[in-house]
Amino acid sequence: MITIDEKLCKGCNICIELCPRQVYEESKTIDSKGVLIPIPKYLEECRKCELCTLLCPDQAISVDEEDES
Amino acid sequence: MDKTHESRFMKYLRKDRLPHIFCAGCGNGIVINTFFNGMELAEIDLSDIVMVSGIGCSSRIPGYVKCDSLHTTHGRPISFATGIKIAKSDLNVVVFTGDGDAAAIGGNHLIHGARRNIDLTVICINNSIYGMTGGQISPTSPKGSYGSTAPYGAMEKPFDLSELVSAAGATYVARWTTAHPLQLSMSIKDALNNKGFSFIEVISQCPTYFGRKNQMRSSIEMMKWMKSVSIVKKKADKMDEKKLEGKIIVGEFVNKEEPELSDEIYKLIKEEWDEKPSSELKSAYMED
Ligand SMILES: Cc1ncc(C[n+]2csc(CCOP(=O)(O)OP(=O)(O)O)c2C)c(N)n1
Ligand code: SF4
Ligand code: SF4
Ligand code: SF4
Repeated sequence: MITIDEKLCKGCNICIELCPRQVYEESKTIDSKGVLIPIPKYLEECRKCELCTLLCPDQAISVDEEDES
Repeated sequence: MDKTHESRFMKYLRKDRLPHIFCAGCGNGIVINTFFNGMELAEIDLSDIVMVSGIGCSSRIPGYVKCDSLHTTHGRPISFATGIKIAKSDLNVVVFTGDGDAAAIGGNHLIHGARRNIDLTVICINNSIYGMTGGQISPTSPKGSYGSTAPYGAMEKPFDLSELVSAAGATYVARWTTAHPLQLSMSIKDALNNKGFSFIEVISQCPTYFGRKNQMRSSIEMMKWMKSVSIVKKKADKMDEKKLEGKIIVGEFVNKEEPELSDEIYKLIKEEWDEKPSSELKSAYMED
């Protein structure tokens, strides 16, 4: 499972552009702070490489080891 | 939100101070992650680390980390860090600094820290500009780049910080960009483990000033650019200067062993004070 903390994300889109598996998609709705929070949409593509956790400048992403869902 | 659904680096951060002050997409946040990743690889506990910084956006990093830290004056973090290392040599002293902090106002402290080979790990976030004060040109701004103090483009040749610090005597030097987070983490690991002056130069993005003034509007555009112009040192060593124009040379510059200052001081104290009668002690304040 991938979680994005909406209180931390500033909508830089680094995760969308630099995930090697294109797991994230741009959101169409702006949140209350005016940020477009990415959607981790294609979870089946994720290889849990953790590159997105390392690159997210705002420590907003968690990629869980085990998939509970 | 469930605790397990947090970034794996959250345990090292002062969560109550987040989100941090950095602009969206600023490279400083990536350096925070890669530091913790390198620290884990080096198997060092955060409780054995003390962080020191100067003034600038990059220098605000220690304030977000759950460890002892000193936020000092502009350009002087290496001097404060030297004091800490000499007083408590078992601590792992890490300096976070910017290109303005380390190379402009703090340039002398930088070269003398390297010359003394004092055991510090200096992480210099080089975004080629003064971010905090509004985009002025720094000693590392590329020739021709624009800034608020260079509306016609910078006229001067920039410092190559990794070469400068290597020449000054540092025993570990590496340069990467924020677009190389894995390589950067490995170098941070090696820098933390090196007993001596370690210098990590991270070429980073300031989308707000450097990006906006130099026709690169987003942090992604800047990261892709940094990656595309990077060339590893081993390959660059075989190329001539002309071909290397506009390139960022990345990789390890120095990795060697040499006597370290705090070690030498403690050794001297032990030899002179523990083993000799006081009548044989030398003092700068006594006539010999
Ligand atoms: C003695 C002194 N001179 C000047 C300043 C103003 N000042 C604050 S930060 C800064 C430069 C910061 O640039 P850099 O170190 O590259 O950090 P960045 O903000 O880009 O991360 C300057 C000149 C100051 N705070 N103190
Ligand atoms: S863990 Fe890797 S593959 Fe999965 S979303 Fe993050 S960057 Fe993409
Ligand atoms: S990298 Fe982080 S801050 Fe940037 S858009 Fe993705 S989750 Fe948000
Ligand atoms: S001004 Fe530049 S260096 Fe400072 S936080 Fe913003 S993007 Fe980062």
